[in-house]
Amino acid sequence: MAMTRAVKKGLRLAIASGKGGTGKTTVTAALASIWSQALCRPVVAVDCDVEEPNLHLFLRPVIRRAETAKLEVPMVAEAALCADCAACRELCQFGAVTVMAGKPLVFPEMCHGCGGCLAVCPTGVLVAGSRELGRIEEGATETASYLAGRLRIGEAQSPPLIRAVLARLNKVAEPGADVLIDAPPGVSCPAVTTVSGADAVLLVAEPTPFGIHDFELAVEAFTPLHKPMAVVINRSGPGTPELLALCRGHNLPVLAEIASDRTVAETYARGGLLHEAGAHYRAVCFALARSLAELPQTAREAAHA
Amino acid sequence: MPEIVVLSGKGGAGKTSVTAAFAALSRNAVLCDLDVDAPDLHILLAPRGSRREPFVAGHLAAIDPARCDGCGECAARCRYGAVSAADRDRFVINPAHCEGCKVCVVLCPRQAILFTPRTCGVSAVSDTRYGPFVHARLDPGAENSGRLVALLRQKAKALAKEQGRDLILADGAPGIACPVVSSITGATLAVLVTEPTPSGSHDLGRVATLCDHFKLPTAVLLNKADLNPDEAARIEDACRDAGRPIVGRLPYSPDVTAAMAARQTLTEYGGPLADALAEAWANVLNLAAAPKPQRNPF
Repeated sequence: MAMTRAVKKGLRLAIASGKGGTGKTTVTAALASIWSQALCRPVVAVDCDVEEPNLHLFLRPVIRRAETAKLEVPMVAEAALCADCAACRELCQFGAVTVMAGKPLVFPEMCHGCGGCLAVCPTGVLVAGSRELGRIEEGATETASYLAGRLRIGEAQSPPLIRAVLARLNKVAEPGADVLIDAPPGVSCPAVTTVSGADAVLLVAEPTPFGIHDFELAVEAFTPLHKPMAVVINRSGPGTPELLALCRGHNLPVLAEIASDRTVAETYARGGLLHEAGAHYRAVCFALARSLAELPQTAREAAHA
Repeated sequence: MPEIVVLSGKGGAGKTSVTAAFAALSRNAVLCDLDVDAPDLHILLAPRGSRREPFVAGHLAAIDPARCDGCGECAARCRYGAVSAADRDRFVINPAHCEGCKVCVVLCPRQAILFTPRTCGVSAVSDTRYGPFVHARLDPGAENSGRLVALLRQKAKALAKEQGRDLILADGAPGIACPVVSSITGATLAVLVTEPTPSGSHDLGRVATLCDHFKLPTAVLLNKADLNPDEAARIEDACRDAGRPIVGRLPYSPDVTAAMAARQTLTEYGGPLADALAEAWANVLNLAAAPKPQRNPF
């Protein structure tokens, strides 16, 4: 059922993979660089791989604003106030709060920021403090807006920072802009948190035994999120037919195939972009951008086929 | 009991291929795949006779629709966006987003929320042609990867003690957060596999800083060293300045994929990479036997 809207909402695409190193950042950076030229639409490039953010190395954005992202964690206001009821300890599932000899003890690095202990403490001995998660950076390149999270080294939890980056995205992205999100590798909470914030998924897959195994994990993890999904095959080689057969079996369109080419690897190693590796790759990137713009529509048609 | 963990920060740098080659060179080790999110080591090690165990960690909240009166307290309290309105007077919890924090359970005025133990995956102890192998698989989207890594390391230590093994060799996860932190606390040596690319350098810096933070000695293995000789030289200089020994250099080679496709370790596959890895393994063993202090005091 078609609806008319004042501003056409942009596409929000997560670029993900089960295996690390398959080329998520390569693809995201290339798309962010040519997107506006290919589609005449504004685009925001977002780096949600907060543990190892690398998008900036290829896009080289000018950073205009950086802020510290924090997680609310409890701290002890005045230990003498403690009623020794242990409500905080009984609630906390992460071993972040305990009561010893009638005094509350907080381990802020264990805290998941659920706010439960603050809600149940009857005396106000626990008050809201904060733990630094990392930084959120905003900026722009000549072709795209840029937003990224950088996890503080030593911080063990990345999902809270990823959520903060996505919340910031909702504030800064202009309504009609398309969004390309470089996701963390894998299929556990950081990747799922990121993909949940998108409305379509592009899986970058490598046709090696490791790549194919992890691709299957990714399909299994992201399918229940019910978002249109498509695939780019990177470092295509002898395993490609097997990967193509899998994609057919899962009804996933393959939108591009990038050869296993030393020129591409060297371009990447210099910090260059995929479409700079030659005219063929430039054409591949433009065609990929155009098919991605159609992806939600393509996926709907595939579902009814 | 030396415990060697192979890390890189960056995915795709070659951690698993290196770990598998080291496993083939090891004499009396317990092998471990700590990349519980996307484990691949079993593809090369072909484990047999697996003794599996469900991995139960944490809890999952679920609303009992018979008792829920739709007050919405749970939705207001949940900081993970896991609670949504099913219809006007009922709420549901999305397991994919539930953190298992118990806030909604404790604060529900009707005690309408169940809190059940959560199965997050499966762990296994298996036999391989290079010795016992401890591995696991976290369910897609599941939490508690750090706890699962800790459990695997516990199992590996117990197994090593029981069988009189003299080394634990582990393949680590990419990144610098939860599973990685859990992989390195109390280990003997981290072998950081890197590649001379902007991402490789950047991620090496972050994972090396993390290891320093936990006072874990590091050594560096430069993979695909000839892809960008200038960047390779920069990495080597930075490692020298930080007192991180370079244990080996591998060329960019299609042999890595070819060996993987043949389900062989690079050691079995042979050729120049096998020789370079044998030399690297000898260096790693020397460092693990006598780890040097890392930090350059000046």
